[in-house]
Amino acid sequence: MAERHPRRAGADGRGWRRVSVTVKTVAVRHCGFEAKVKVAGSGEPVVYLHPAGGPAWDPFLDALAQRHTVYAPDHPGTGDTARDAIHRVPGLWDLVLIYDELLDALGLDRVALVGASFGGMVACEIAAHRRSAISALVLLDPIGLWRDDAPVAQYMTMSPQELAAILFHDPQGAAAQAALALPPGDDERAVALADLVWAMGATGKFVWPIPDKGLARRLHRVSAPTLIVWGEEDRLVSPVYAQEFADRIGDARVELVGAAGHLPALERLDLVAPLVLDFLAAGGRHASRP
Amino acid sequence: MKVTSFHFMPYRELPDDVELRYRSMWVDAPWHELADAARAGDFYNQSIDELMLAAEVGFDGLGTNEHHQNPYGFMCNPNLFGAILARMTRDRGLDTAIVQLGATLVSASPIRVAEEYAVLDCLSAGRLIAGIPVGIGADAGLSYGVTPIEQRARWREGIEFMLKAWTSAEPFAWNGEYYQLRNVNLWPRPVQTPHPPLLVPGGHSSSTWDMCHERDWAYAFLSYFGAKAAEAAMDGFWEHADAHGRERNPYRASFLQLVGVAESDERAEAEYGPHLEYFYKRLLHFPPQYFTPPGYLEYPSQLGAFKALAASPPVDLKALTSRDMIERGFAVVGSPATVRDQLEAIARRLGVGHLLAITQFGSMPHELAERNIRLLGSEVLPHLRTIWNAEGWQDRWWPSGIPGARERTAVGGAA
Repeated sequence: MAERHPRRAGADGRGWRRVSVTVKTVAVRHCGFEAKVKVAGSGEPVVYLHPAGGPAWDPFLDALAQRHTVYAPDHPGTGDTARDAIHRVPGLWDLVLIYDELLDALGLDRVALVGASFGGMVACEIAAHRRSAISALVLLDPIGLWRDDAPVAQYMTMSPQELAAILFHDPQGAAAQAALALPPGDDERAVALADLVWAMGATGKFVWPIPDKGLARRLHRVSAPTLIVWGEEDRLVSPVYAQEFADRIGDARVELVGAAGHLPALERLDLVAPLVLDFLAAGGRHASRP
Repeated sequence: MKVTSFHFMPYRELPDDVELRYRSMWVDAPWHELADAARAGDFYNQSIDELMLAAEVGFDGLGTNEHHQNPYGFMCNPNLFGAILARMTRDRGLDTAIVQLGATLVSASPIRVAEEYAVLDCLSAGRLIAGIPVGIGADAGLSYGVTPIEQRARWREGIEFMLKAWTSAEPFAWNGEYYQLRNVNLWPRPVQTPHPPLLVPGGHSSSTWDMCHERDWAYAFLSYFGAKAAEAAMDGFWEHADAHGRERNPYRASFLQLVGVAESDERAEAEYGPHLEYFYKRLLHFPPQYFTPPGYLEYPSQLGAFKALAASPPVDLKALTSRDMIERGFAVVGSPATVRDQLEAIARRLGVGHLLAITQFGSMPHELAERNIRLLGSEVLPHLRTIWNAEGWQDRWWPSGIPGARERTAVGGAA
């Protein structure tokens, strides 16, 4: 089948066709969790796991959905899930088993995983558990490892202003401003802020106080070919971690992205979308480098 | 009314501009730049002396609490200090309550707190009030690594564990959500039966009020913003008491208040003003998310907090003068008559039978703290003591090891 990229996006995400998103409810037996999965697009399925700040359908997911059926579940307690669902998920092992059962329930016997930041850590855990059932793995500035000489920033104790400054290479840029925008109206804004704080608290259950819960011991179990994308200007998780992940995963390639902070898929969608789409299109085979 | 002298043990000699130089005085405050171990030793000893003086001049209780990694108050384990006070008051024949408000079940382990409280109750011959704070995020979460979203559930489990550890006739296994112990067989057990009175500190959380009323436990409203700001919360507490069929017995409730007394209003303002500013501007210099890191507040409370913030932005403490603080009632500062009148009005308006008076705050030097305590003892306490006598309420939340404590209240009520 002829491969043709959809229209390329500008750095601000314009240029990708907006897709329509539906929310699928899936009852997962483990922890009695009622999963909410955003589904959009068509093509080979891809599962996307969102960062600690909560789920948002952003231009990167629009880009993925041009060529793939994207399944984007909300982590327990965030997005469309019940806020108190997180209280019934005791630990990381349970979170991994929830996703294990969710992938089974969605019929995704062999599927690619894409994870950003906290979602990248969770994607690694799932890939280390389901092993050959994961066809390819894309990690966007994942957390999950720790080096004393490059501590991961404690984003959970930052003010909103500090968070904005540490997440983006250019906090004033269009991508950052779009991601940080709050709804008008006091009540809507209060809900958005409470959702953001609660999402950090709920995902924080699996990473507090140091996001090193033994992943370094498990990464060797990841058998999927892996693309590691890192913003060169990431001040939340230093790009030195890219090689730490690559060294532990058998088949991994690192791509550093200039002029991007912790969320390169937002700040440099123009570079990251084709990198990820090409990697997935090649079935996780790494293209020869130019 | 009963009055406890409550002490945080602050570092009293911070430089003038710390609130400008550092992100926070909590968690981030650099010890080696700001403090000196020998001076810390002086302050610990002065604080113990101030508490003992309060016991001698007639305060009903001595209160200590737990905080970590900050100059606001660094009694890392209040039971270290409670043990000293239990022994020293016993030596001097003082029947003062030892008010631990308290050791944090989630920071220490619940079995350690249960044991230490039992030790204090033995040492003091049944004079312990066992405070059970949930703890703030800065202490449990940031300083001690407790996962914020688990803090409340750990606290609730810790309370149930402690009660069972104190009272169970047989050794037992505890297979909890957060704590597992194969053999719980506490040595010692508390003197008071079935166990020491519990005291639950809280802010505006209605779930805490309901817990107190369901279990018939005492409640302490902790705020630094004075009685005016406490009215809505205490009204809520009493409305919830009605809903649970609990009588509005003032001894169910404690209120925390900074207090400074001098010969005249003018002199009091001049003497205590600088220490108020030190307290509010330097010791309370911290970002709000340190107190309530993500997950610490349950979702409805977090949403309510953001809505409240939109409706009325928080007071900028750094813009206030000490006169503003006194006028807003953050602190009750004045002559003995002023302080008497204000404290009585507060007690009656809020319906509280226990006052937690902070008699040394901020940079207040030892000599001034002692003068404050003496004046309170001689000029103010005798007046406060009788406030609820006419109503005849029984104080069922005071330690049973204090001779005649319950009878005295009852007699006072009958008189």
